[in-house]
Amino acid sequence: MNDLSRQNVPSTNIETDVAIVGAGPIGLFAVFELGLIDLKCHLVDILDRPGGQCTELYPEKPIYDIPGIPYVTGQGLVDRLMEQIKPFKPEFHLGQMASGLSKLADGRWLLSTDAGVNIVAPVVVVAAGGGSFVPKRPPIAGIEAFEGKSVFYAVRKMDQFRGKNVLIAGGGDSALDWTLNLAPIAERLTLVHHRDGFRAAQHSVNRMRELVSDGKIDFHVASVKTLHGSDGVLEAVTLASPDKKEWRQQADALLPFFGLTIKLGPIADFGLNLNENLIPVDTAKFESPTPGIFAIGDINSYPGKLKLILSGFHEAALMAQAAFHVCRPNEKLRFQYTTSSSSLQKKLGVA
Amino acid sequence: MKITARDREGVEHAIEGNDGWTVMEALRDAGLPITAECGGACACATCHVYVEDGWYDKLMPPSPEETDMLDMALAVQPNSRLSCQIPVNATTDGIKVTLAPE
Repeated sequence: MNDLSRQNVPSTNIETDVAIVGAGPIGLFAVFELGLIDLKCHLVDILDRPGGQCTELYPEKPIYDIPGIPYVTGQGLVDRLMEQIKPFKPEFHLGQMASGLSKLADGRWLLSTDAGVNIVAPVVVVAAGGGSFVPKRPPIAGIEAFEGKSVFYAVRKMDQFRGKNVLIAGGGDSALDWTLNLAPIAERLTLVHHRDGFRAAQHSVNRMRELVSDGKIDFHVASVKTLHGSDGVLEAVTLASPDKKEWRQQADALLPFFGLTIKLGPIADFGLNLNENLIPVDTAKFESPTPGIFAIGDINSYPGKLKLILSGFHEAALMAQAAFHVCRPNEKLRFQYTTSSSSLQKKLGVA
Repeated sequence: MKITARDREGVEHAIEGNDGWTVMEALRDAGLPITAECGGACACATCHVYVEDGWYDKLMPPSPEETDMLDMALAVQPNSRLSCQIPVNATTDGIKVTLAPE
């Protein structure tokens, strides 16, 4: 690398061999395949723990089609993958979204996150599944205009709700936890849910019902129909009950808690020639039409693609071989088996 | 087995599903925009539909697991169901559903 290209790299950058977008099962197994051939990885994921859909959507659900493992749960598979890649010491940047991708003068890529982490690597592997997990947005007309000012999908600073009329919508643990936490701070707190039943921890539900019977908060079986206000400042909402009765209620802030859904997010703007939200790849290298950018797992498409974890594992293995030649253009790659290679066994810490 | 599915623009589609499928699978097979991101594990509430024209009462009631998961769905109504939990069979032949907003 020449000195000139070095100057283009801000000093806060992390330099590595491979930047992986997505720490789901396929991103994790990619660390293993890349690690065997001495390529170091950094992973970025919007969730605050590794595992992707496996741990976010179905941690307790069984998976029966992992070769050689007749039965494993989503969480169990991720735990085993984490153990398997431990020798390679991958570095995780969790709770942040991969937000930008650009090419540096020296040919390497700069992957940046919304938390200000910049990863410089010759190879970027997109293993992002269906995209980023983001909060579900209730289908209320014009809600976008209120987001960040009066409508919040997470609580960063409790104090911002002090003295406010707060409306919380939802019936899960987040809705109940924030109802209990914000009740003493808010001027008035109202919880609305579409039924008089909750999927939250029983002790939270009991505590909420106590607050209601003590007259400290309100609970309505209802949903939010309309937001009233201007310039993002909420003044009131129209609530509707299941039997279609509607009424207006004063509210300064609305906190909807309906869990997470998957949206493609900024990957759509990475210039990767997406087709129906998927990255087209070849089936020899699993490289996108942009050299140095690979895509594996549910995010890619090729003739015959099956969205199976086992297919993603295969894709990771072939990608790694191709990625090696991008990272080490002047080196030869020796093909070895973990069963017989003492050098691979040393890397795995077993020899 | 026949299913009538109304999409989010109000257009009705006459689609077919095999005995033993779920309504979600039939919707997906027909290319209708149903997310179903967990793939039918009753774990995500992104295959939410409204069951129309009296068909709701002909179905087996939702399991506690489905009722819980519907809490994570948006714009829930009394006739809301997760389509991955509705079987396609002789009892549901002719069922009518509307895709819920996303």
